[in-house]
Amino acid sequence: MSLPAVLNARWIGWLGFAAALLAPFVIATPYAMSIMTSAAVFVMLATGLNIVVGYCGLLDLGYAAFFAVGAYTAGIMSTRLDLPLLATVPAVVLVTAGAGVLIGLPTLRLRSDYLAIVTLGFGEIIRVTAGNLDFTGGPSGIYGIPGLAVGGLDLSDPVVFYYAVVVVVSVAVVGAARLSSSRLGRAWRFIREDEDAAEACGIDTYRTKLAAYVAGAVWGGLAGVLFAAQLSAISPASFTFLQSVLVLVAVVLGGQGVSRGVVVGAVFIALGPELLRDVADYQYAAFGVLLIVIMILRPRGLWPGRAGLGRRDA
Amino acid sequence: MLQVLWNGIFVGSFYALVALGYGMVYGVIRLLNFAHGDLYMVGAFVGFISLSALGVRTGGVGIPLLILTLVATMLVTGLLGVALERLAYRPLRGSSRLSLLITAVGASFALEYGVRIVAGADPQVYPVRFDLAALEVLGVRLSGQQLALIGFALALMVALHLLVSRTRRGRAMRAIALDPRASALMGIDVNAVVSQTFFIGSALAGAAGFMAGAYYGKIDFLMGFVIGLKAFTAAVIGGIGNIYGTMAGGILLGLVESVGTSVLGGQWRDVLTFGVLILFLSIRPTGLWGAPVAERA
Repeated sequence: MSLPAVLNARWIGWLGFAAALLAPFVIATPYAMSIMTSAAVFVMLATGLNIVVGYCGLLDLGYAAFFAVGAYTAGIMSTRLDLPLLATVPAVVLVTAGAGVLIGLPTLRLRSDYLAIVTLGFGEIIRVTAGNLDFTGGPSGIYGIPGLAVGGLDLSDPVVFYYAVVVVVSVAVVGAARLSSSRLGRAWRFIREDEDAAEACGIDTYRTKLAAYVAGAVWGGLAGVLFAAQLSAISPASFTFLQSVLVLVAVVLGGQGVSRGVVVGAVFIALGPELLRDVADYQYAAFGVLLIVIMILRPRGLWPGRAGLGRRDA
Repeated sequence: MLQVLWNGIFVGSFYALVALGYGMVYGVIRLLNFAHGDLYMVGAFVGFISLSALGVRTGGVGIPLLILTLVATMLVTGLLGVALERLAYRPLRGSSRLSLLITAVGASFALEYGVRIVAGADPQVYPVRFDLAALEVLGVRLSGQQLALIGFALALMVALHLLVSRTRRGRAMRAIALDPRASALMGIDVNAVVSQTFFIGSALAGAAGFMAGAYYGKIDFLMGFVIGLKAFTAAVIGGIGNIYGTMAGGILLGLVESVGTSVLGGQWRDVLTFGVLILFLSIRPTGLWGAPVAERA
């Protein structure tokens, strides 16, 4: 089989899943587990942003805001109301979807580059607001967030929690991929390729874009819940523009709209700094250059996916 | 209250200076240059490094030396802007808007963290504090440095105005903003004019960065991020691509900020600014003095 054929084979997703499941058998120190769990959460973030940027072609530069909204909603509800983390999930979905509508409603009619800058501003607003308000804990944030538990079953052991996260993230990745091959997903890609033509063909572009935006927001919010469960403490410092750009680099690197590529891109961005400690000072500057080089040489990302409309990008 | 207004005008003139370059580049090639704020930051660092290299220590600095440094800074940031356009943006002219925006984010990131590699992550302290006599007008304290800096900013704005409205080059810029293809057919060297636009816009940003460094005294590699967003906000308020609107937008934003923070408290300043940005884009995306722009211009 040629390389592209291998990379596009159906079983490649299962292979990735198996690799994620087997990883703790290779190395299971607490530090390694925490890095791998973070990487899995990062994969979820990249998958969510991929819905917005990759499928629908809308640039969101404040994606960390939805991550923050999800983490804070879960954190505040679980600590103030003494709820188990799982019970906050419906509220998280509602609040992040609401945030997506709130910011998307007035701005999705705008030119696409205005949307980019509005989301940038929105990301800053959320972060600064979280640092200023009392009920969000100010600059020190929220701590003492309970770990994940299902029924009476405690999942807070690092290895168990890792598996729980891998399962949730896998469902999220597959869910996003299924969404992309649905009727809605085809409409998203149509809008990405040519918004005017899509509109002329009867697609309600405004509502379709809003749907992508809200879906991305919910994915980001749920990643926030996992993040809060993992660290048990959150603060505004975790939700900076840097975070938003790193997620974007993962999406662009892997190939916008190709979920398997995005997963690989996210794992690379999340684990890269750990593997390349010596060049840590240079990595962010290198990521910036990487974005430019990819856009010029391989705008579809490094993964040799099948291009074109009407085919599955999953 | 008058003091608050004066401070607003002062800060606003910085915003206007950065916004002008932002708006110029956007007007000519329809590119949101996210790296623009970072050129402001680079300007602050170039000024810092050259003053340090000249052996300037805290204390009195001659005005000629400062002007010399300012010119050198503008030259360096201007050339950096040209290089950025040549290497990153020009190969992508004609490709999708999304690709261009992502490239611009990459450029911004590369500049920020590139400077961090060179100059370190810790804030640097500017070696100059030039103390000039202050004026009292109607109970408002106008410090000498504020007056000098506003003077500089105004001079640069007037120069830009003359360039764009009175010269052949300015006419070429306006022509390209209207229709690049027709301009090329009329014999305008589009690439050369775009390079010049980048040079001027980046030089203005560098000048503002140097002046801000000299005034506030402290610089760091992320200082361009927020100012870039604010400059864009100013450009949007004034109507993007409209030079006079942009100047007015900058001053207006400075006023809104300083009045707003004196009411709400300083920690809400950025929230207020970006709130204004979102409000404007939702209600009046063409700004106060802008012409409507279609998605496919």
